[in-house]
Amino acid sequence: MNTGNVPMKSEERISLLLRALYEQYGYAQYKMSKFEEYDLYVSNKDFLISDSVITFTDTNGKLMALKPDMTLSIVKNTKDAAGTLSKVYYDENVYRVSKGTHSFKEIKQVGLECIGDLDAYSLYEVLMLAAESLQSISGECVLDISHLGILSGVLESLGVSEDVQNDLLRCMGEKNPHELTAICKANAIQDEDIDLLKALISLYGTPKEVLPKLAALLQGKIDEALLKNFTEILEAFQGSPLQSMLRIDFSVVSDMHYYNGIVFKGFVKGIPDSVLSGGQYDKLLQKMNRKSGAIGFAVYLDLLERMEESSKDFDVDILLLYTEGTTLSNLRDAVARLSARGDRVMVQRAVPEKLRARQVMKLTNGEVELLEDNA
Amino acid sequence: MKTMLNVALPKGRLGEKVYNMFDQAGFPCPSILENSRKLIFENEECGVRYFWVKPSDVAIYVERGAADVGVAGKDILLEYNPDVYELLDLDIGKCRMAVAAKKDFRDDQQKTLKVATKFTNIAQRFYASMGRDIDIIHLNGSIEIAPILGLTDVIVDIVETGTTLKENNLEVIDTIVPISARLIANKSSYKFKNQQIDKIVSDIAKQMEGKND
Repeated sequence: MNTGNVPMKSEERISLLLRALYEQYGYAQYKMSKFEEYDLYVSNKDFLISDSVITFTDTNGKLMALKPDMTLSIVKNTKDAAGTLSKVYYDENVYRVSKGTHSFKEIKQVGLECIGDLDAYSLYEVLMLAAESLQSISGECVLDISHLGILSGVLESLGVSEDVQNDLLRCMGEKNPHELTAICKANAIQDEDIDLLKALISLYGTPKEVLPKLAALLQGKIDEALLKNFTEILEAFQGSPLQSMLRIDFSVVSDMHYYNGIVFKGFVKGIPDSVLSGGQYDKLLQKMNRKSGAIGFAVYLDLLERMEESSKDFDVDILLLYTEGTTLSNLRDAVARLSARGDRVMVQRAVPEKLRARQVMKLTNGEVELLEDNA
Repeated sequence: MKTMLNVALPKGRLGEKVYNMFDQAGFPCPSILENSRKLIFENEECGVRYFWVKPSDVAIYVERGAADVGVAGKDILLEYNPDVYELLDLDIGKCRMAVAAKKDFRDDQQKTLKVATKFTNIAQRFYASMGRDIDIIHLNGSIEIAPILGLTDVIVDIVETGTTLKENNLEVIDTIVPISARLIANKSSYKFKNQQIDKIVSDIAKQMEGKND
C-alpha cells in the first residue's frame, strides 16, 4: 500500500527523525509499561514538572501511577558499572497536568538519558544531540545553556540561607534584576556581589561572545574546574554548524537538589514555550544511593502542533455520491478507478455537513459525473 | 518583510503612559492616539504592533506568545505566576497589596480568619507563610463591603491612596507587597526578537534613569 499521500503530522514526522538520530549514536530504545509504583514519585516529588499524578490501586493492592515522567523509571532500572554508560532513548506518552487547562493530559514525549561514568565527551554528545533534535524540528531554533554548578557556586559564596538562594535563583530564571537587587539588599549582600548576579542575568549570547566575559566575571569566585569543564564542552562545537544556535543564558535554572551541571532548554521560532528541556542530574542518583552520573533531555512533541502549516484546504479530494439502486460492483469499480490516481475518495449518499471536498462527483449508471470543482 | 514586535498594553491610563515610554524608545505608532474603538495598531516601518487588552489579561497574551512583550502589574504576576521574563520595573502604577479590616477589628488568633479577595493565591501564600489558618472567599469586586457586612474579617486587595478604605471605615493592617507595573517578555520571543526587546529594555531603563536623576 502506498502511504506517500497520507499527510503526516509534525509530531509523527519528528518522532521518526529523532528516533533515527538517537539510534545513529548508539542509543537503544527503552520500552516500558505505562504504570509505575507511586512510591517512586512520592520520594522524588520535586523532580517532577508537576506534582499531580494519576493514581490507582492495582489488583494486588499496590498504589500505582500513570507515568508523569520517564527519567525516574529509567534511572531506577539502570545499574552502576564503572567506566561504562547506559545510553537509552524513549518515545512514550506521559500523563501530567497541563498548564493551560489545569487538567490531566496525555503528552507525547521523546527523549534520551545517558547514565553512568560521565565525562566531557558524553556531556558534549548529549548537548549535541539536543541541538540536533531542535534542528530536526526547525531550522530557526535556539538552545539556551546554563550551568547549575556555576550558579550554585556563586550563590553559596554569598553566605545566605538556602531559602534566600532559592529566591535569588527564581529571580535569575525570570531575568528579574529589580527583585534580585531588593532581595540582596534585604539580606545585606555586598554591592559587588549584586553586580555580579545582575551581570549573570544580563549575559546572553553565543559561547564565543559570552565565555570570555564569564571568565572575567567569575575569576576567583567559583571552583575554576567548573568553568573549565563548561568551556571545554562548548568549545567542542567549534566548526560545527550547530555552534550558531547555542546561547549561554543563566536564566535556565532547575531544582538545585537534583541538577548539578549543565542545564539547557530548546526554543523553536513560532512556539511560545520551550520544546526541549534537559540537564545533568547527578544529585538525583546520589539521593538514590547511586554512584553514577546522569544527563538527559526530553522533547515535548505535543507543542509542535502549533507549527503545523496552514490547515488542510480540503478534507477529501473527491466526494463520490451515489443514489439508491447503484450496484455495489459499479461503486466498487468507480472508487478503485478514482483512488488509483492517488486521490482521497469518500463515498456517501448525500453531502455531509461541513465537509470540504476538492471535487464532488456523482455516480449514475456506472458513469462518474463532475458536479462541483472547488480546486 | 520586517519582523513585527507584538506589544500588549493594558487598557487605560497606565497603558497610555506605557505607550509614551515605547514611543520614546523608538517604537512610535501615532494612530494609537486617535480616538477610536480599534484595538490593534500597527507601524510597519518601525516593526511594531500594539494592542489594548484588559490589564489582567496581559500576562496571558505574553505567556502564550500572542504578544512578545507587555506591561502587567506585579499583582497579576504574583497571582497567576506566568512563565515569562520580568525584565524591568517601570516604577509606574505604584500601589501595594495590603490586608485591611474594620477600624475596630481585633484579630482573634484562635479563630480561622475569614478573608475576602480577588487575589486568592497571593492571600493564601501570605497567610501560609505565617502558618495562619484562613477561609478564603473569592469576590470579583466591591471587596470593601465584605467586612462591613460581616461576610469576612479582613480583605486582601490593592490599595492606592486608601481613600476607598477610609470612606468605608476600613484601614490597612498589613502590607503584603509593593506593586508596580513590570515589563514582561515571552521566553521564546526573547530569543528570536532579542535585539528589538533588548533595545526597548535599555531605552526605557535610560528614560527612567533620566527621570530619577
